[in-house]
Amino acid sequence: MTKSHSVVIVGGGHNGLICATYLAKAGHQVQVLEARDSVGGGASTQSFFDGYSTSGLAHVLYGLNAKVCKDLKLNIDDASFTQPANTISLQLDGEHLILGRDDVSASSLSTKDLEAYRAFKKEFRGYAKALQPLMMNTPPRLKDMDKKDKVTLAKLGWSLRFGLGTQSMREFLRVGGINIYDVLNEVFDSPALKGAIAVDAILGQHMGPRTPNTVLTYLQRLWGETQADQSIPVGGMGKVSIMLEKAAIEAGVAIRTGAKVAKILVENGRSQGVVLESGERVDANIVVSNADAKTTFIDMVGAPQLDAMFCHRVNSVRQNGDVAKLHFALDTLPNFTGLSEQQLTQRLIIAPDMRYVEHAFNHSKYGEFSDNPVLEMTIPSLNDASLAPAGHHVMSVSATFAPYHLKDGWQQQSRDAFVQRILETIEHYAPGFSTSLIKLELLTPVDIEDQYNIAGGHWHHGELSIDQSFMMRPVHGAAQYQTPIDGLYLCGAAAHPGGGITGVPGHNAAQRILAMGDI
Amino acid sequence: MPTQTNSHPATDFREVLQPSPFQTRIDEQCLVQDWMSWNGYKTARVFDTLASEYFAVRSTCSVMDLTPMEKYRITGPDAQTFLNRLVTRDISTLKPRRVTYVIWCNDEGKVLDDGTIFHLSEGDYRLCSQHHQLDWLLLSSLGFDVNIEQETHNIAALAVQGPTSCSVLTAAGIAGMEQLKPFDIGYSTLNGIDVMVSRTGFTGDLGYEVWADPANALAVWDAIFAVKEKGLFDIRPMGLGALDMVRIEAGFIMPGDDFNTAETAIRADRDRSPFELGLAWLVNFEKPYFTGKKALLAESKKPAKRRLVRLSVEGNKSPTDAFLYDAKGGSRIGTIKSCVWSPILKTNVSLADVEFVKGKPPASIWAEIYYQKELEWRATWAKCTISAKPFWTHPRSSVTPPNKF
Repeated sequence: MTKSHSVVIVGGGHNGLICATYLAKAGHQVQVLEARDSVGGGASTQSFFDGYSTSGLAHVLYGLNAKVCKDLKLNIDDASFTQPANTISLQLDGEHLILGRDDVSASSLSTKDLEAYRAFKKEFRGYAKALQPLMMNTPPRLKDMDKKDKVTLAKLGWSLRFGLGTQSMREFLRVGGINIYDVLNEVFDSPALKGAIAVDAILGQHMGPRTPNTVLTYLQRLWGETQADQSIPVGGMGKVSIMLEKAAIEAGVAIRTGAKVAKILVENGRSQGVVLESGERVDANIVVSNADAKTTFIDMVGAPQLDAMFCHRVNSVRQNGDVAKLHFALDTLPNFTGLSEQQLTQRLIIAPDMRYVEHAFNHSKYGEFSDNPVLEMTIPSLNDASLAPAGHHVMSVSATFAPYHLKDGWQQQSRDAFVQRILETIEHYAPGFSTSLIKLELLTPVDIEDQYNIAGGHWHHGELSIDQSFMMRPVHGAAQYQTPIDGLYLCGAAAHPGGGITGVPGHNAAQRILAMGDI
Repeated sequence: MPTQTNSHPATDFREVLQPSPFQTRIDEQCLVQDWMSWNGYKTARVFDTLASEYFAVRSTCSVMDLTPMEKYRITGPDAQTFLNRLVTRDISTLKPRRVTYVIWCNDEGKVLDDGTIFHLSEGDYRLCSQHHQLDWLLLSSLGFDVNIEQETHNIAALAVQGPTSCSVLTAAGIAGMEQLKPFDIGYSTLNGIDVMVSRTGFTGDLGYEVWADPANALAVWDAIFAVKEKGLFDIRPMGLGALDMVRIEAGFIMPGDDFNTAETAIRADRDRSPFELGLAWLVNFEKPYFTGKKALLAESKKPAKRRLVRLSVEGNKSPTDAFLYDAKGGSRIGTIKSCVWSPILKTNVSLADVEFVKGKPPASIWAEIYYQKELEWRATWAKCTISAKPFWTHPRSSVTPPNKF
């Protein structure tokens, strides 16, 4: 059976839905094909045990794009949608740090550090803002530039030079390519404060604080703060996707779940549509892939339709995940030493200092999981009691580092040992935590790959490193949302500016597709 | 997974150049000790005199060691689709026991190398190339179920070329030579030794290439030269010097000499597309996708900027490395890449890189030639003419069965 649409979107993750909505609003007939039983992809709420649900992958919202929210009429500040959350960095002595957008508070910090935090955040948010023209546009080609490429570059240059001013631009150029470890040591005294900030530079990446490039990853995270304050969605991250799905349907997008795309059809260098795993063919004028680069090009298009060096570049994209996701079903609210119940609604992290974080990363370099992992924890059932039976709770944990290629493989013994390390780590801060545990689920990057159809199980469909960013994301030759195949576009985290629940790749891809006018 | 077998015979560390399986015989016959390196092998440039070797291949028979040529064995379920994605020509129509000349390009449609594909038997291919290509072959194999094995050092090969070459091989004891059409492959024996013979070569003349196990290399050499001992034919070993003369006469290009291969080109405009090399006839846009197709399609729609052309140069002064101009003292429009005084045509023939004007060859081409008279440099102008066809061809190179001698 053959059906014809103007646009088929491969993958109903948040970027796919956003791209679909923009295209539908522009008057095109759009079909979203999602492999899983519900849309949302990494932004979903999943039941992992009878009666217990939590965010499937992403669980902290930091930077759903303001323009996307406005265009799609998502009221992100509505209390029924999200609850603002500070970051609380847990300390063994109970002197926890509370890190807000502008200020940090902790009895242990010196006045100098308190003031330095405010100045640091202002300065670095300024750098992040200066990247705005680049983030919200198709990254400009450096060769064969068209007028739009030149305008984007000029805007970026203007923004860096005159937006920042001489002093700040000089400092930005100094720190832009170096590591967060050196920068934080220059600015702060408190090891605890430095450890907490470093987490935002490395989480989701195969990077430690001393890895060059971690200032850039930190800036990309901070860019989120220029869009919206950090928050926890009420009802899990699936809430975002429910809102986006609603917006898409209202715009006239047709959504099919349980429809896994096996192949993208190409004839004479132009995409013709897709073939589902069931064998069903869906024709379309253009195909937009929300999948990662390897899945899109090597698996779905296939090497025989592409140039050899292009395939090699795609195959060389570093997109192996390094973060595991854990879901705990608890029969009572965990008791973290020194935290009030209200504070448990915040984003909790365990990263007592930068050495701790760097040592955690050392294991990953050699194919081991961290002995003392860095943890990011949320208890979404505090914001939405329906996620667990009455009186019970769910806790969602991102644990790094957990390399995709574990030396011993992710067999049961490794999984048990890793869970044990995580529980022991939590126990240091919440004695007796394990006794409240009813059930747990561990998703290693390999599980994430299987369940979320992301090759390598990487949060961002590929490291957010300089060589895989901007006009080189995911690889040059496919970095302007266009691909070597005419009528095939990318709209997901594999494309500029990368991962996170931002919606920006989906937004930018839609603008590009509409500008191309080949639907 | 593709594999690489390396069966270099053990060499002493003082032997900078690798000996060929024919080396003992080559050493005996190379009177002038004029050696050069070909893919790391010790290869003769000249055995005794250039002229005698040149005239042997054009009037009787010459023998040349081909072992150093890069050879790759391509097998596996996707061997044919892999090769078809690699090269610009349609390989799906290449029948078993046939050979074809091919080029392959990078993503930008610039030529990486040229060579020949031998379809040895159903699904079993050998790719011969001028330069080392294993890296590119392995890189290109992503997504194909194919086995790639470098067999450069595992096969001894001799080119037997010239008007009497068929008669020589027949007299040496290889049966069935007269039935081989150009680009055919035949399997036969020579004194009980298994040999493969292909009617291929790089001379533009009648000729064959004999392929055997390196262990049998000397036996094959001796059987061929035994024909000379009987006094039937003159057979001479040929060095790379004479080969260069005859291949320019035949209009065959040499990657690395006549153009920068894409892998070695550093400056942006130094690599060349098939169109720029005058090899448009090798590019098939009707077949399935191949590396460089998109770039070549785009290029094919634009007027040609330059071309490697066959250029006859008037006069008897060698135009080696000469600049080319659109008029005597006019604007520079190109350079001579390879040239030779053709003894058989009595003229200078060359391959030259020439800039086109609005997609067309320039109306006139002049070479500025510097030459010496008793150590005194002089300059002169020579008129050049583009030759649409190879400078030298002969019906005997394609007739089957070949003339008997």
